[in-house]
Amino acid sequence: MADKQTYAPGSHPDLPPPPGTIGIVGWLRTNLFSSVNNTILSLITIYFLYWLIQSVAGWFVLDAVVDASSRAECREIDSGACWAVITKRIGQFVYGFYPHAERWRPNVAFVLLFVAVAPLLYPKTPMRRQLLWFSAAYPFVAYFLICGGILGLPEVGTNTFGGFMLTMIVGVTGISASLPLGIALSLGRQSRLLSVRVISIAFIEFMRGVPLITLLFVASTMLNYFLPPGTTFNLLLRVLIMVTFFASAYIAEVIRGGIQAIPKGQYEAADAMGLNYWQTTRLVTLPQALKISIPGIVNTFIGLYKDTTLVVVIGLLDPLGIGRAALADAKWNGLSTETYLFVALFFFVSCFAMSRYSLWLENRLSTEHK
Amino acid sequence: MAKSAKQSEIVVKIEDMHKWYGQFHVLKDINLEVAQGERIVICGPSGSGKSTLIRCINRLEVHQEGSINIYGTELSSDLKNLELIRSDVGMVFQSFNLFPHLTVLENCTLAPIWVRKMPKREAEEMAMEYLARVKIPEQANKYPGQLSGGQQQRVAIARSLCMQPKIMLFDEPTSALDPEMIKEVLDVMIELADTGMTMLVVTHEMGFANKVADRVIFMDGGEIIEQNDPKTFFTKPKNDRTKLFLSQILDH
Ligand SMILES: Nc1ncnc2c1ncn2[C@@H]1O[C@H](COP(=O)(O)OP(=O)(O)OP(=O)(O)O)[C@@H](O)[C@H]1O
Ligand SMILES: [Mg+2]
Repeated sequence: MADKQTYAPGSHPDLPPPPGTIGIVGWLRTNLFSSVNNTILSLITIYFLYWLIQSVAGWFVLDAVVDASSRAECREIDSGACWAVITKRIGQFVYGFYPHAERWRPNVAFVLLFVAVAPLLYPKTPMRRQLLWFSAAYPFVAYFLICGGILGLPEVGTNTFGGFMLTMIVGVTGISASLPLGIALSLGRQSRLLSVRVISIAFIEFMRGVPLITLLFVASTMLNYFLPPGTTFNLLLRVLIMVTFFASAYIAEVIRGGIQAIPKGQYEAADAMGLNYWQTTRLVTLPQALKISIPGIVNTFIGLYKDTTLVVVIGLLDPLGIGRAALADAKWNGLSTETYLFVALFFFVSCFAMSRYSLWLENRLSTEHK
Repeated sequence: MAKSAKQSEIVVKIEDMHKWYGQFHVLKDINLEVAQGERIVICGPSGSGKSTLIRCINRLEVHQEGSINIYGTELSSDLKNLELIRSDVGMVFQSFNLFPHLTVLENCTLAPIWVRKMPKREAEEMAMEYLARVKIPEQANKYPGQLSGGQQQRVAIARSLCMQPKIMLFDEPTSALDPEMIKEVLDVMIELADTGMTMLVVTHEMGFANKVADRVIFMDGGEIIEQNDPKTFFTKPKNDRTKLFLSQILDH
């Protein structure tokens, strides 16, 4: 330390950090090669990843067949995956049996979904106020677009819905309807009015205590007994209601946990300032409770989204159902790996997106609150 | 009685009031009159019911017997406009109880906007005035979690003042603070007292009591044991329990 520089007290300048502690080199050093053990583990992992990608890439991409008219034809062309089972039936995977000529309608509805959802999910959306009106109108817009029956749009029966379109319809409706219902139930469960409390608790406990699959069967058969004779009640609608009820019970419990984590002093401060129950709930309780509950809520949403595959048991053809139908075809027999991987990939992408969004939201809210 | 209980208007009138927590008789036969502009300090050992008493005044706690009148309105369970009475009675808590998800400014404007129906702009201007009064206007856009304890408590005071209350209740406002922050909060409270605000303060800060109070009330076991102007109270306490308490608290 011969050349150690000294400064008068109070005049020490800001110096750059020592070399190799920042930038890519710094990152590699701290994260992958910080110690002998870390270095060994990193090398093993890197080798494993290399081996995995190299052996799987061949099957997935390099040796794969995208265009063929049967499994046998695939095998003649190459030895890898036979994606032809997907490409030949991609229309069914996406739309089910929705009429070809009308498929632009769900497409438009899908694009509009992003317009409707953006102002809700992302507060900095341009023209957020005006767009929120569209968000409120979106359920009706989407309903009439997809089902038709007005403005010269031919009517399309819900029994033709299938594939990813069906998943999106059940998933998005279930998610957006179960959140408000879940909030209402969680408040109801803690209401001072005994009757409201009893009804909320009974509803939550019943919905949570029964497997979704039985609710779906109930939806497809039992509801007819309860309703006046002659009313036909669309099967898809029944499924939507059941899925929403089921998820809202879970949401209610997640939010209740969040509400209970709020210190008593928050209510006392709100009371002392003269805020009434609804103002306190809206301005003080819920914003804090929802923020705490984000991971649990998104967890429930992801569960709901994946549970939409259960509709296959009552005869609705979600992507899994379409896949099974494809596999039952003698031409494509035996391609279950490709089919299920494809469906799995679709679900993974959707669920991963939800998970990332929730992380982003948590981060944004937590920096605000620090 | 106390020097400024004068002939002025009685704003809080508590008569023969009792309160129980289940079987536990926490407040016994409380009688208390507070005049407009009067500054009252309440002290007493832990568990003597000081917090409970002042929380009864804005009905955060419900009493079972006797009566409490605020500006002539009796607090009872069939009271329709409890919120209106509460908005006239500000309260500052030991643990601040700021809303962590709102900025300092939003904390201050929340109740004026929603309870007083004040336009947002006006509420913000007023909030900035009060934040300046408690000497932290520059923190307006921070979140409570980014402030020191003393700053948070001053925000809490500003937040209460934004409702333009007629009476202010303080429940040990400095007990959760480090010594160097106690002074900044007490200074704000002294300035507030100088504006003529009616104040009921639960505190063990005897210097504050000496300087500001018109009357000091000593409670023990749920009863008001003794009350007097600060000078007499500190120099010539009558009751043995008061003497014991004062000797303990002034010892260190
Ligand atoms: N919610 C409650 N339920 C039952 N007992 C309570 C409740 N709150 C307070 N108590 C009891 O009532 C008594 C008076 O409490 P209070 O908080 O008014 O005392 P305090 O004089 O403010 O004491 P401290 O100086 O510790 O704040 C205590 O014995 C306390 O244990
Ligand atoms: Mg107390």
